Amino acid sequence: MVTTADHGTAIETPKVETWQPRIVAFLCNWCSYTGADLAGISRIQWDPSVSIIRIMCSGRMDPTFVVKAFRLGADGVIISGCHPGDCHYQEGNYKTLRRVHLLRRLLVGFGIDPERLRLVWVSASEGDQWAETANDMAREIRTLGPLRLET
Amino acid sequence: MSIDIEAEMDLATQTVSKPKLALYWASSCGGCEIAVLDIKEKILEVDAAFDIVFWPVAVDFKVKDVEAMADGEITLCLFNGAVRNSDNAYMAELLRRKAKILVAFGSCACEGCIPALSNTTTRAATMDWVYRDSPSTENPEDVRPQERTPTPFGELELPEFWETVRALDQVVDVDYFVPGCPPQAHQIWAVLETVIDILQNNKPLPPKGTVLGAGDRTCCDECPLVREEKKISGFVRLHEIIPEPGRCLLDQGILCMGPATRSGCGGLCISVGVPCRGCYGAPPNSKDQGTKMISALASVIDSQDPEEIDRILDGVVDPVGTFYRFSMARATLGRVAVDESLGEPQFAEVER
Repeated sequence: MVTTADHGTAIETPKVETWQPRIVAFLCNWCSYTGADLAGISRIQWDPSVSIIRIMCSGRMDPTFVVKAFRLGADGVIISGCHPGDCHYQEGNYKTLRRVHLLRRLLVGFGIDPERLRLVWVSASEGDQWAETANDMAREIRTLGPLRLET
Repeated sequence: MSIDIEAEMDLATQTVSKPKLALYWASSCGGCEIAVLDIKEKILEVDAAFDIVFWPVAVDFKVKDVEAMADGEITLCLFNGAVRNSDNAYMAELLRRKAKILVAFGSCACEGCIPALSNTTTRAATMDWVYRDSPSTENPEDVRPQERTPTPFGELELPEFWETVRALDQVVDVDYFVPGCPPQAHQIWAVLETVIDILQNNKPLPPKGTVLGAGDRTCCDECPLVREEKKISGFVRLHEIIPEPGRCLLDQGILCMGPATRSGCGGLCISVGVPCRGCYGAPPNSKDQGTKMISALASVIDSQDPEEIDRILDGVVDPVGTFYRFSMARATLGRVAVDESLGEPQFAEVER
């Protein structure tokens, strides 16, 4: 419980005990999905609120997928691809890098915190990084709270 | 000269038996109405084929005349304008009931168009700007429009101004869509000609939900300008350069919505050196024009360095207003947050 130094009174924080974040992660087939697989094989625990969708390349990531995920109830979206220079298709991850930068500006325009969309690079050998990313994102989204879109 | 009463009666009966046409404007600028008249003398053919029973801009029938009609009595209704208040919604529902075929005519009715840009702000903010804050407003007593105003002569009513602007099919069932801001005259005539042909020759109607009077490709596919492999290293606004004739505007760094816009206008803006603004809406098989444009545009930015990408993207002024200029009512993300009980609008600064 947080107390203020002056009055020693508790700050009312809304308790959302039943709410659990829903995070959709789009992982590229060649690096990140294999990385997440490695995390599983290595029995690394990571936050269950992250659901993975495998795509062939992070460059396949149409910004429409992200906004649709938000519309259908996701509180956060992770896009993960191969490290720069490592893309299986040469430069798909650069394309997604640019799209994410522009898409985050669009999210701001809609009044959505751009932190709800995260782009990371996870290679096939980085199972622990994947787990860390997922946990970190889940923490972040828990801090931000549920995303409520207007209809 | 004697009048052949029987012939006159026949003529009158014929007139009555003609299919009925209604045109209505909801939240719109009136441009779609003018566009209908842009078909010029062919309007006489429309008049020959249809009995125009309601068209506030041109003929003097009243709402009560429509209310008095039987359900389904109007054969074809071309409805332009977005739905942004309770009166628009009432008229949409009324005409839906009375018309066999309801067509969302023009960008406003199809996808919100310019009126729907107010979905990027709130009703309260819109009212404040119009009745208090805009430089041309002098309103020291802060008089605001009221939905009900008692007067000695009875209560006056104004329609309820909605928080969110809707496209027609988000309010009532719509049969067909004719996009464009406004729909181009040759396309309007093509649609009317088709409808007349269908009605007169008992042909089957196209499947419900069909987009009429437009192409099934993107504007880029029909653009006559020469395209190279796109690499954009900086955006310029139209007033900042004189575009090189014959060369793709996007290649020259001018933000052109062509890649994410349905074809059908015949490249009108491009032909006068102005970039496409996207008025024919999202291309076929795409639900969201804005994210399609982001996809197309961001892919061709000529940098792999996050900081430089951001510097280039600084040239995209107002992404929401640009990418959803005509399709805000259709944006997947809806509208910006309004309800305070939902928490503070989650604005965060993007590093620029």
